[in-house]
Amino acid sequence: MNKFLLPLGGFILLVALLAVGLKLDPREVPSPLVGKPAPDFSLPLLQDAGQTLTLKDMLGKVWLFNVWASWCPSCREEHPVLIEYAKTPGAVPLIGLNWKDKREDGLRWLARFGNPYQASVYDADGRVGINYGVYGAPETYLIDKAGVIRYKKIGVVTAEVLEKEILPKIRELSL
Amino acid sequence: MKFLLTLLMSLCLCGAVLAKDAAPLAEDAVVEQRLTAIAEELRCLVCQNESLASSRAELAQDLRREVRGLIKEGKTDAEVKDFLVSRYGDFVLYRPQVKPMNYLLWGGPFILLFAGLFALMRHLRRRSQAVPELPLTAEEKKRAEALLKDTQP
Repeated sequence: MNKFLLPLGGFILLVALLAVGLKLDPREVPSPLVGKPAPDFSLPLLQDAGQTLTLKDMLGKVWLFNVWASWCPSCREEHPVLIEYAKTPGAVPLIGLNWKDKREDGLRWLARFGNPYQASVYDADGRVGINYGVYGAPETYLIDKAGVIRYKKIGVVTAEVLEKEILPKIRELSL
Repeated sequence: MKFLLTLLMSLCLCGAVLAKDAAPLAEDAVVEQRLTAIAEELRCLVCQNESLASSRAELAQDLRREVRGLIKEGKTDAEVKDFLVSRYGDFVLYRPQVKPMNYLLWGGPFILLFAGLFALMRHLRRRSQAVPELPLTAEEKKRAEALLKDTQP
């Protein structure tokens, strides 16, 4: 009896390990930037190349930084959620990072699907994206009043993610 | 003869044209070599089982551009890797670092090896104890000798 107990125990342990492994999403790489100051940037606005927005302009506010592009199908998936959120009273500023896109494509995309962003900055060559550790749109950062990244969502912000993960954090940080 | 000459000349021209195209690459061959060496050690985040050197993803191209820039600035290999790790995390390194979080990863195989050796030794010792030594009786000895004699030519 004892003879079989050990291999059986080992087998169950292995199955448990693999089961947990199956549930993990390999695309969700934890960002080393969470808990660290957001990388500085100074970028032209998508709508107006003559105007720039910098990280300093956002200090003192809790805000969301959403990486999007017109070529990104998942961005369209989360777009209605962002539009809904931007309409709610007390919503924090939502800044878009138009990442590796063509300016006219980005503008057309906003005109067609609506613009939830207070402003979108234009990162044509993806340098700011690299500084933020972006490896695929959409990605969303929650940045606190001191300019520290508090949370990062890789992939689509669904209504559930917004409700269960982002909103509680915003409430906590806004106190 | 004339035909051969023309052919030869056009071949020479071809060579010249090709050489002109390749020039910018040859110019910083050292940089490219270092880029490849570093990029082979790094994971492309878009297609996660490909190295940064072999990936054709757009992000990989951008990252190679950044790495090339850093090399030209005179950064060491370690500094270049730090640049990427600080942005994308340890996941970009194919060769995991030896640090407290990874001790189990590095030590795990040895732990298993020693556990196996220990189990094997214990098993062997137990088995040798389990087999009782039975000396032959006088009669059995005689039979054995008779059998041995029989088989001799």
